[in-house]
Amino acid sequence: MKTPQVIEEAFRALSTNRLRTSLTMLGVIIGVCAVVIMLAVGRGTQSMVNQTISSMGSNLLVVFPGSQTSGGVRFGAGAAQTLTVADASAIESVSGVLRVAPLVMRSFQLAYGNTNWSAMVTGVTPDYFPLRSWDAEEGDTFSENDLRSYARVAVIGKTTSRQLFGDESPVGKTLRIRNLPFTVIGILSVKGQSLDGRDQDDAVFIPLTTARQQLIRSTFPGSISMMLVQAKSAETMAEAESAVTDLLRVRHRIGPSQENDFTIRNLTAIAETAAIAAAAMALLLGAIAGVSLLVGGIGIMNIMLVSVTERTREIGIRMAIGARQRDIMRQFLIEAVVICLAGGFIGATLAIFAAWGIAAITGLLVEISMLSIALAFGFSAAIGIFFGWYPAAKASRLKPVDALRVE
Amino acid sequence: MTAPLIRLVDIRKQYESSDAPPVLVLHGISLEIAVGDFVCLMGQSGSGKSTLMNILGCLDTPTSGQYFLGGEAIAGMSSDRLAALRNKKLGFVFQGFNLLKRMSAVDNVALPLIYAGIARSDALTQARVQLELMGLGALNDRLPNQLSGGQQQRVAIARALVMKPSVLLADEPTGNLDTATSNEIMSLIGRLNRDQGITVILVTHEPDIARFGKRLVRLKDGCVVFDGAVDEGLA
Repeated sequence: MKTPQVIEEAFRALSTNRLRTSLTMLGVIIGVCAVVIMLAVGRGTQSMVNQTISSMGSNLLVVFPGSQTSGGVRFGAGAAQTLTVADASAIESVSGVLRVAPLVMRSFQLAYGNTNWSAMVTGVTPDYFPLRSWDAEEGDTFSENDLRSYARVAVIGKTTSRQLFGDESPVGKTLRIRNLPFTVIGILSVKGQSLDGRDQDDAVFIPLTTARQQLIRSTFPGSISMMLVQAKSAETMAEAESAVTDLLRVRHRIGPSQENDFTIRNLTAIAETAAIAAAAMALLLGAIAGVSLLVGGIGIMNIMLVSVTERTREIGIRMAIGARQRDIMRQFLIEAVVICLAGGFIGATLAIFAAWGIAAITGLLVEISMLSIALAFGFSAAIGIFFGWYPAAKASRLKPVDALRVE
Repeated sequence: MTAPLIRLVDIRKQYESSDAPPVLVLHGISLEIAVGDFVCLMGQSGSGKSTLMNILGCLDTPTSGQYFLGGEAIAGMSSDRLAALRNKKLGFVFQGFNLLKRMSAVDNVALPLIYAGIARSDALTQARVQLELMGLGALNDRLPNQLSGGQQQRVAIARALVMKPSVLLADEPTGNLDTATSNEIMSLIGRLNRDQGITVILVTHEPDIARFGKRLVRLKDGCVVFDGAVDEGLA
């Protein structure tokens, strides 16, 4: 018997017992659907994490001032005002360092017309924007000139802009920060949530010089809240980190036995941890879905075994009129594979719709990849062959005389 | 004289079972059947006639002994070659008709052709011709349960003959049929033997049925106790 005929026979056999065929198929449908969806959700989560990571800017070190002790009272990390603008410019010349962005920040009440809003105001240098790969969507970010001239200019985030200006374009308008007028010269593109869930678009950036002189005064000359250091590449991160540590220890005159009065945090390492967690979750989801596919496969084996027992006489008749062992084998195997492939097709189709639904309802990023669909298909065919094999072999090994004797 | 179509030499068949002593069903049967013969196998239940039939039909293998079909030794043949023999040289007709329930008459008849590797459309055409010859042309697309017993048996005979086998093996083909239909079926088989020269081996326990044959082989307890003309054997 030729293969197309075997396939035809398989379809005929399957279509005569539609209810059973569809129930068997249901196991595979659910399995494949679950695998595709879980992989899609897992991938979505991973790319969401990756987006957040790349939104931070790449290869970043964050340098915070250390703690301070005053009269026996220990303040927390960042309380000391040991980092200065001079530290920042010294770090710029460390090998392996691409950019340094010192910044000061404090929350202020903002006002425009009769609306007001509270947001974090950050004083930065122009390098801050490329360092965080953050562009102005409208207008521009400020320049070295603005920095030198203590200009009262501001670049604001999307959320702040919406809160203060509504649908108006804020560029060229004047907003007040603690009653000081600042001209808005640009709006930043949307950055989304940070790793800790803060809205990064609710922010106002002004020149560091202006901020230090007019808004965030400090008794310590040149002190800054923290600085971001961007390494030239992922490979130079560790090298840059230790070079910055050494430099700051020298600059701050810290003896060999003394602790650092600053803290360096490697953001990439944090991001990597998050990425690993996301990958682990994707794997776990996939594994759970895989189990349901396996259960579907066992369902097929079960039904095929019942089918072989039920159709023993039919097998005997077929053998009596000339079916070879391999004809019988192929017939049952193809029935199993047809169930699986049809189930795989329906399951994958359902998964695509379900993924849309999930994305629409939860707002999660759900990415269906062709690979996962191909994988599900290959897997269901493999399951058909694997779980169909035993029943098919059992059927083909029957002796014709024994098979015919069964009623 | 030409070489016999079928030659059995000292065929023994023993059934092994794990919870009972082995049972010897055939005690060394030797038999020759010539081309165009019409042999009736008779005997009481348990005489081994069905077992002998199964061995003749290559559905079962003897424990020992030699079986030549058309000069070919059957012993030691692979299961594929046996399947090919059943497909091409042997045609089976059973008491219970043994049609595939889910298939129409024409699909049933086409099945041996399909197993022989003939394209489906050609197989269906040949099957229709064969059914027409059996006088069933109008019933091509009926399912077996929509046919009477006699019609089902004629479909089964059509299926047995569609590959133009040299031997037709009929195991109590009229066992489930009334007398009139039985006679009809037996005349059909008789005509096939007479007009087309098909060798017929038929198992029955009814003398009336056996009268349609030429030669009678009577078995008892696994041995041949009579082998001769039907008229003598039934007298």
